Order: sequence, then C-alpha cells, then structure tokens
Amino acid sequence: MAKGKSRPSRDVNGGSLADIAFLMLLFFLMTTTMDIDKGLNVKLPPLDPDAIIEVDVEQRNVWSIAIDSRDRMLVEDKLMRIEALREATKEFLANPFQRLDLAISPEDAVVSLKNDRGTSYDFYVQVQNELKAAYNELRDDESLKRYGKKYGELVIEQKRIIKDIYPIRISEAEPEDLGGE
Amino acid sequence: MSKFGKKQNEASPQINTSSLPDIIFILLFFFMMVVVMRTEEIQLEIKVPQATELQKLKKKHLVSYVYIGVPKAKLRAKWGNAPRIQLNDVFKSFTEIGPWVENERKKLPEKLRPYMTVSLRVDRDIKMGIVTDVKLELRKANALKINYSATKRSKFGE
Repeated sequence: MAKGKSRPSRDVNGGSLADIAFLMLLFFLMTTTMDIDKGLNVKLPPLDPDAIIEVDVEQRNVWSIAIDSRDRMLVEDKLMRIEALREATKEFLANPFQRLDLAISPEDAVVSLKNDRGTSYDFYVQVQNELKAAYNELRDDESLKRYGKKYGELVIEQKRIIKDIYPIRISEAEPEDLGGE
Repeated sequence: MSKFGKKQNEASPQINTSSLPDIIFILLFFFMMVVVMRTEEIQLEIKVPQATELQKLKKKHLVSYVYIGVPKAKLRAKWGNAPRIQLNDVFKSFTEIGPWVENERKKLPEKLRPYMTVSLRVDRDIKMGIVTDVKLELRKANALKINYSATKRSKFGE
C-alpha cells in the first residue's frame, strides 16, 4: 500500500491524497473529545455482612466529620471551614505533640465521614479531596524522611511500608435526611 | 524504491511532497489511537467538580461510566428537571444499576474482573442523596472500586 502511495504516477494524481488525509484528520479532531479521565479513587466498603469486621475504636482515634444540607462542616463537633480541614486532619493523624485527644498513631486513626442527603456533591468531593490530600502529604513527608523520595517515586515494597504507616481508613456513615433535598 | 526516487527527481526540481500523505496518515492514526471514541451521547448536563488529588484512570477498558445530572435543556420538556442517572445511552433507575454492573463485568475477561472500576461523572450541583443511592446499589452489585470524576484545580477559590 505504501509503495503505491509514494509512487509518482503519471496516470493517477496523488497530490490530493494529502488533502483527503487532512480532511480525515480534521474530522477526527472535531468529532472526538480528548478528555483525559481523572478523578478521586475511592474504595467502597462491601455490603456483605460477613465481610464487615467490627472493630472497637477508641474515641480519640476517630476523626468525625459531619456535613449538613447547607454544606457546613462540623469536625469533632466544631464548625470548620474547608480550607482548614487538610491541616487539621494532618495534625490529627500524625499527632506531633502527642495530644491526648488526637489519634494514638496513624495506624489506629479512622476518619468518620457523615453527610446529609442534601449536601452538594461538589462540597462532598472537596472534603474527600482534602482528606486524601492530608494522607498524601503525610505519606510524602514520611517517604522523604525515610527514602529521600516522594511517595509516588518509591518502589512497590517501600510504598507498602509507607501505606502501612498511613493507611487510609475513611468510614462513611449512612447519610441523614434532615435538610431535605 | 531508489529507482522510483530518481525518476521523481528528474521530473520535478521542486520539493518532494509525495511523502506528505504518509505523514498526515501517521498523524491521523496517532489521533485515532489516542482519542477515546465516546459512542454514547451524554444527555445530561454534567460539570464535574474540581479537585487537586487526582489520579488518572489508566486502563480505559476496565472503566464503566455512570452519569448523574439534570437532563440537557432541550430534553427537559420530555424528562423534567429532576436529576437522572444515565448508563451507556439511556436513562435508568436505581434498580437497573445492579444488572448493568453485572453486564459490564461480563464484558471483561475473567482475570480482569476484580479490577473493574466505575467512574461516577456527577454534576457538581447535584445533591448527595441520589449519589448515595447509586453508591449503595454499586455496593450491592459488589462494584467497590469507584472513582469520582473531577478536573484539575490548583488552589482554593479558582
């Protein structure tokens, strides 16, 4: 096929071939969308009752976040702005000053997220994003301290070690229906 | 090949453009490979939220999409203003999510089935109620790997 195309022939004019190819190219450019799919990966808990492991979690290890139908967020029963959530969560997980009301260790920490049925999806994603950011930043810090590299650049074995130190444990309660949709 | 090349040079002293179609074809094929042909038409208004901690969905064939949003303006007369769920090409109800997941899972080879991901493309103004219901259905269908589709944002307030 290639041979036929590149041969300059007296009989068949191949000059328009480029134009035809151009048209096809443009057609493809117009009709298809070049959207790169990105997003926040989340693992849902299984619904199967046998798979649920009951764990006794001490109160200080639970970081409770509640969002109401007007997108207001209560963190540990105190109103908090979304901008402050990342740092507060990091402090809760790492507990650098060994405070008694924050997590004993990151391994024991559980984030409990509860939202209303009237909470906007946008706000919910923002909260999920900030929580993930808090974990990611802590993992990055730990990786830099141990291996001098960011978490994303580690090999699988090292990643697992870091993952065990900062496991992402976000439990989502059944949402309430107080505010109405 | 060289024989033909010579002939051509004699014929025209201008720049040889005979390879131009090939180059364009290569470009064309490149685009055809890279671009995702989205066959399904999205009938909902969807503007996904913005976030920073994004991960790319690498293996496209493992991903199935659930769209949630308000029908597009021209379809509102028929479908109303309430948020709806779209799977593949048509609007569906909650009860149809389970069978749909099973169906999507069956399309994959046995080995890859545990890695199936459901990407939720949800409009940012949708309330969590419908999203929660969908999540519950996904859990019932044992599709636990999900992805909240979002676009990149650098800072707050942008």
